[in-house]
Amino acid sequence: MHDEQLDALLAHLESDSDPVEFDGLYADVDTNADASGDGGSYTLDVASSDERHENLSESAFRSVAGGDDVAPYVTNWYYWEVVVGDRGRHRRAFLRHAEAASEHSVPDRYAALRSGMHTVWGEVLVTATLGEDGRRRYEIRHTEDRDAEADDLDTYHDPLDARDIATYDDRGRYRPLKTAPSLVSGWVFADLDGRDAVETLDVLYPASVANWNLEREGDLDVTHWHETAERQTGIYGVVEDLPAEAVDWMAEACCVDSQCLKRREWEYDESHELDADGGTGAFPCREPCSLVVAAARKWTKLEEEETHTYEFELTPSEKEQVEEIVDAVADGRTEEIREADVYEGANRYRARFLRAKRFDEDGYFSGTPTHPEDHEADAEHDDGH
Amino acid sequence: MQALVIVAHGSHLNPDSSTPTHRHADTIRATGAFDEVKTGFWKEEPSLREVLRTVESDEVYVVPLFISEGYFTEQVIPRELRLSGWDVSEWDSDGLSADTATLVAEDTGQTVHYCGPVGTHEAMTDVLVRRAETVTGDPNVGEGFGFAVVGHGTERNENSAKAIEYHADRVREMGRFDEVQALYMDEEPEVDDVTDYFEVEDVVVVPLFIADGFHTQEDIPEDMGLTDDYRTGYDIPADVDGHRIWYAGAVGTEGLMADVILERAADAGAEIEAAIETVREETRETPAAGD
Repeated sequence: MHDEQLDALLAHLESDSDPVEFDGLYADVDTNADASGDGGSYTLDVASSDERHENLSESAFRSVAGGDDVAPYVTNWYYWEVVVGDRGRHRRAFLRHAEAASEHSVPDRYAALRSGMHTVWGEVLVTATLGEDGRRRYEIRHTEDRDAEADDLDTYHDPLDARDIATYDDRGRYRPLKTAPSLVSGWVFADLDGRDAVETLDVLYPASVANWNLEREGDLDVTHWHETAERQTGIYGVVEDLPAEAVDWMAEACCVDSQCLKRREWEYDESHELDADGGTGAFPCREPCSLVVAAARKWTKLEEEETHTYEFELTPSEKEQVEEIVDAVADGRTEEIREADVYEGANRYRARFLRAKRFDEDGYFSGTPTHPEDHEADAEHDDGH
Repeated sequence: MQALVIVAHGSHLNPDSSTPTHRHADTIRATGAFDEVKTGFWKEEPSLREVLRTVESDEVYVVPLFISEGYFTEQVIPRELRLSGWDVSEWDSDGLSADTATLVAEDTGQTVHYCGPVGTHEAMTDVLVRRAETVTGDPNVGEGFGFAVVGHGTERNENSAKAIEYHADRVREMGRFDEVQALYMDEEPEVDDVTDYFEVEDVVVVPLFIADGFHTQEDIPEDMGLTDDYRTGYDIPADVDGHRIWYAGAVGTEGLMADVILERAADAGAEIEAAIETVREETRETPAAGD
């Protein structure tokens, strides 16, 4: 323990009439006590000890506070009340969560922190450890790199470097949705303080810490689909017309865990829950995001179309192949299907064979025009010449 | 504690759209003028709806990284930030003079100084000129040069053209360039005919856009005849009809943009004079005149 930590505690006791009661530490000073009396005016007590130290002089207080069983409580107080403070309420709550502060005593936490305490946050693993004099240090890496040697990973120190990590997936494609489960691995923020740790998470998963804590405090402001749609103007004004059942399909398409790590808490409206699975993510999704709203605009237009009966000639295997192709695209598996794996319906050669066989020169499936009436009109017009 | 939040459009498709926003935020962050500097986007994250909750400060200066007053600055941003009681009359603007309005964010309770867009601030003229210095590599560029400011035009927003005219007038009044012209993508005088509007051989062309993208990287270079196909690139300067066109790309990528953001916050009451001086000097890519 540093002198400055103890100085801070003493200064706090002098300046505040209330005793310090924090994480099992009790400390107080009776500023009205007669300094010329026998005993001192300080009291010190920690949860793990049966002995309550009373009537301590300042030097006795310093001596007791520096003891092995008491010092962790003092350094713990210093870390939370001086270093972290309470200005960043969401930040503080997350850092407390990272060492399960509400569940374990200070000595237990210090023992656990020495070997590292883990929190999974989306696709990343946050490890809290104990630095010198009760200072906490935090390491952040991809969960896939859980067992990797730090030396084998690219090391970063500046939270803003996480922007580059989060911008592209492992195939170099832009990630417009930061909570898509496509964060690249192979990097580590090895030694962060609490502020930078939360800042890093806020770059990787923007606003996730704030929303998680608001939810924890029972204060999350969920905005359901209907209210979100009503708020839209300009080119997005139309999304209000998206039918409720299509909102369900949309949530199933976009918002399940395989597509987004946020746990969907918004529904169609307060009285109409969506059937789609909201997911199990650590942090909540409090309203439809801009990607969902933009996609909803497209679906609103598409869903305005009436169905039409088409006749197709397909073999049973070809019908199944169409289903396999849709599945492969929807599950993002097309890249995995091997060049020569002609047993996969979504194999490129299989798809090309189907196209060669079933598409006519206009690109129509089974030679069936998409808009048969327009097609017939065109044909008559052509005949006229 | 005072924070700066830069709000911008962003993109679902183009990762470069938000790059200048992040860069200017980094420049300002490095000055230490604000306790926190954050970015929020219409199309990226954190969203405009959630950016304020990522800010710990009680007092927040919000500067829109937009070119003109209009739909986004007057409707979308205040609505998404949940600025209680916002009405565009708070700015009392003629389309160019929006400065600041102080409101409370409904969800977080923060005091928000909501500033006018960067594009209409007078300091933006200096960025246009700085852009000309950067693209020519000459801190004294002016004599023997023409200068064109390019904008969208009025098709989408009449204030867009106002901002272009405003800065073109201001550059003209400087007397630094031989000729100055405002040009548009979708109305007369059109950027396609850039060489018709200048007598002088060398012409610097600066689009008044926040980020490089489809318009500044594909449309304008092809329209001006710098290249037949933007994918093959173009020379700087490029020879077109007996003129040399120094095409600068979006002015918003110029480092000095950070200064306009600071000016907006300073006009709204932030005490950041030292940071403004620092940013003006440190964002210069050419040797300072006289060096």
